[in-house]
Amino acid sequence: MTSAAPIAESTSFPHRHLLTCETLTAGEITALLDLADKAAEINRQINKKRDVLRGRTLINLFFEASTRTQSSFELAGKRLGADVMNMNVSTSSVQKGETLIDTAMTLNAMRPDIIVVRHHAAGAVELLAQKVDCSVINAGDGAHQHPTQALLDALTIRRAKGRIAGLTVAICGDILHSRVARSNINVLNTMGARVRLVAPSTLLPAEPERFGAEVFTDMWRGLEGVDIIMMLRLQRERMQGSLVPSVREYFHFFGLDHEKLARAKPDALIMHPGPMNRGVEIASTIADHSRSLIREQVEMGVAVRMAVLEALARNLPNT
Amino acid sequence: MRAPEKRKAAAAKGTAFINARLIDPASNRDEPGGLLVIGGEIADIGGHLRRNAPEGAEVIDCQGHVLAPGLIDMQVFTGEPGAEHRETLKTASLAAAAGGVTTIVVMPDTSPVIDQVALVDFIQRRARDNAVVRVHTMAALTKGLEGREITEIGLLKRAGAIAFSNGKGSVVDTKVMYNALLYAKDFGALIVHHTEDPYLSNGACMNAGHVAARLGLPGVPKAAETIVLERDIRLVEITGGRYHAATISCRESLDIVRAAKAAKLPVTCGASINHLTLNENDIGPYRTFFKLRPPLRAEDDRAALVRGLASGDIDVIVSSHDPQDADVKRRPFAEAADGAIGLETLLSAALRLHHTEGVNLTVLLRAMTINPAKLLGLPSGRLEKGAPADLVMFDLGQPWVVDRDALRSRSKNSPFDEGKMQGRILLTMVAGDIVYQYPEAPRG
Repeated sequence: MTSAAPIAESTSFPHRHLLTCETLTAGEITALLDLADKAAEINRQINKKRDVLRGRTLINLFFEASTRTQSSFELAGKRLGADVMNMNVSTSSVQKGETLIDTAMTLNAMRPDIIVVRHHAAGAVELLAQKVDCSVINAGDGAHQHPTQALLDALTIRRAKGRIAGLTVAICGDILHSRVARSNINVLNTMGARVRLVAPSTLLPAEPERFGAEVFTDMWRGLEGVDIIMMLRLQRERMQGSLVPSVREYFHFFGLDHEKLARAKPDALIMHPGPMNRGVEIASTIADHSRSLIREQVEMGVAVRMAVLEALARNLPNT
Repeated sequence: MRAPEKRKAAAAKGTAFINARLIDPASNRDEPGGLLVIGGEIADIGGHLRRNAPEGAEVIDCQGHVLAPGLIDMQVFTGEPGAEHRETLKTASLAAAAGGVTTIVVMPDTSPVIDQVALVDFIQRRARDNAVVRVHTMAALTKGLEGREITEIGLLKRAGAIAFSNGKGSVVDTKVMYNALLYAKDFGALIVHHTEDPYLSNGACMNAGHVAARLGLPGVPKAAETIVLERDIRLVEITGGRYHAATISCRESLDIVRAAKAAKLPVTCGASINHLTLNENDIGPYRTFFKLRPPLRAEDDRAALVRGLASGDIDVIVSSHDPQDADVKRRPFAEAADGAIGLETLLSAALRLHHTEGVNLTVLLRAMTINPAKLLGLPSGRLEKGAPADLVMFDLGQPWVVDRDALRSRSKNSPFDEGKMQGRILLTMVAGDIVYQYPEAPRG
């Protein structure tokens, strides 16, 4: 039943790990997106199963709760024929006080081929990658990076607009705490898009313009003439305290509603990495808008992860 | 206090002030002349109106007295809502009018605290219906003035809040203050901060030093003020937020602000009329009307503040009008409430600095007119065509003695009670309406 053919024959992705988008080249990104495009086609067929990862073991190691990323990686691995194991950290030895490195060494001894890691601390995935012999995919480390999210966003944009270069993309919301924003800034800049960051100053990192983006603290102005609006999730704990005074005020000034959407290009598309807070960063009717790509993003998530897994698998030792 | 009907009828032709000494700090004007008011605005001004009022206009002969922009007092505490027995917006506004103050900014330290849009709206509506001078709301910078969560600065500003303050307390949490400055900057909002380290001032009730030692009272060191001020300025440096130190009380604070200004930071400061004209010795035998926050400092601090005012380093003079009733003032010093009323005596007390310490009249008035107007973004505080007809006429030399029972404030805690003043408000006009007139005022 399974096809022996890989998704695509060629790739130019000479890396053992995927830890960050900062160092990805336009060629590497394009190759991954091309691969993912093909995976997306396969995913729309009845028989989605390939065997490029047959015999390989994929471990999903999630120190932070995740629904869509974890299931997306799980599906991607299974569709490529890998054995997939989900490490449920809440019941694991980590809860018993094991250090990250000990966990890594333990897992390494089980000889996995690829570990997908999400961790609440920035840099934790890189630390783990240094300690294991297999490939490591960063599925989100603190406020640092979430490479596959940026790649799936790039794929979604490229499929919807036919290109990335030359588009103006506004990333709006809690940039300060967002690994999605950082990864997207890297990928979009590398691919030649113009990136805008739209947020209150309290939710912007220091010297945001040094990310190579135009910075707006006024969303009405920040959305002026943009092609893509990328909303970020505002975590509930940020709504109390001194960063943002209230949900009401945040939605008023930084939530995507019809009034602010009207500032963007008439064919501007709306994205959100999920999970959404309807009525906080995005009006409910906007989330379900005909120009919303939010469901498309989820679909492309599986495709991009298949592409990444396949690209990394090609660099794994075969003996 | 609304204008009588016959005056309204004449309003089309306007009201002409003739034979005035026009002082407008905004334009450095100090010259004989006249001023024409039509429709609540200044329609004309200058030497050509000195003798000649336009035909049909109601004429007010200033008899050579000073005509200046009405004063703007950006720190006024009232008791409305929550402590109306001490002061209402109406009584505060009557006191203001009698003091030549045409705009007051009321502080959020009420019950409930003014930290929500609906409460700003409440103040604005109550003021519209009851006050005879312009009233603006200083909204709370943090919810409940607790220093933990910032308020809805964007929505509050949109509702009319003119600036943001943590009232009589400092925001102690440095991160909260940092975020507040950062967040406020996005909305161009001004933060007006009382600078006092609560740990250093805890339990203290007057300036630390020999006087306190002799009186056996716990003292607040000046460092309680300078530590927070220094910290805030460091935060302004990294956030770029607009910052106004509400009332500095000592030479050291002045030095800090001066350095910040030299570094081109968006920092300004104010001083209360009390700290410019009184010192800790006035406390004498435990007079609680001189119990203030920040406390009255030593004479050399007061003198330094006066020099700072003269040099322009102190941007704003406030009355820091703070009505307290006998219940909370007639107590042992350490247990008495802080605060003094000051709206009605603000200008007369300030004129002491002119008469006895040689502070230039224009410089003095600047700190109560155009400077606060610019800080708060108000169109008033200046004598120019098109500006609101908010005016004060005063006799620079007329002596009088403060009688607290004659003061219009509902509370009588004036540190200037029985004080000899030189300089009498003759007339106060708000938006073209006369809201106060001294009985013997010359009228055309």
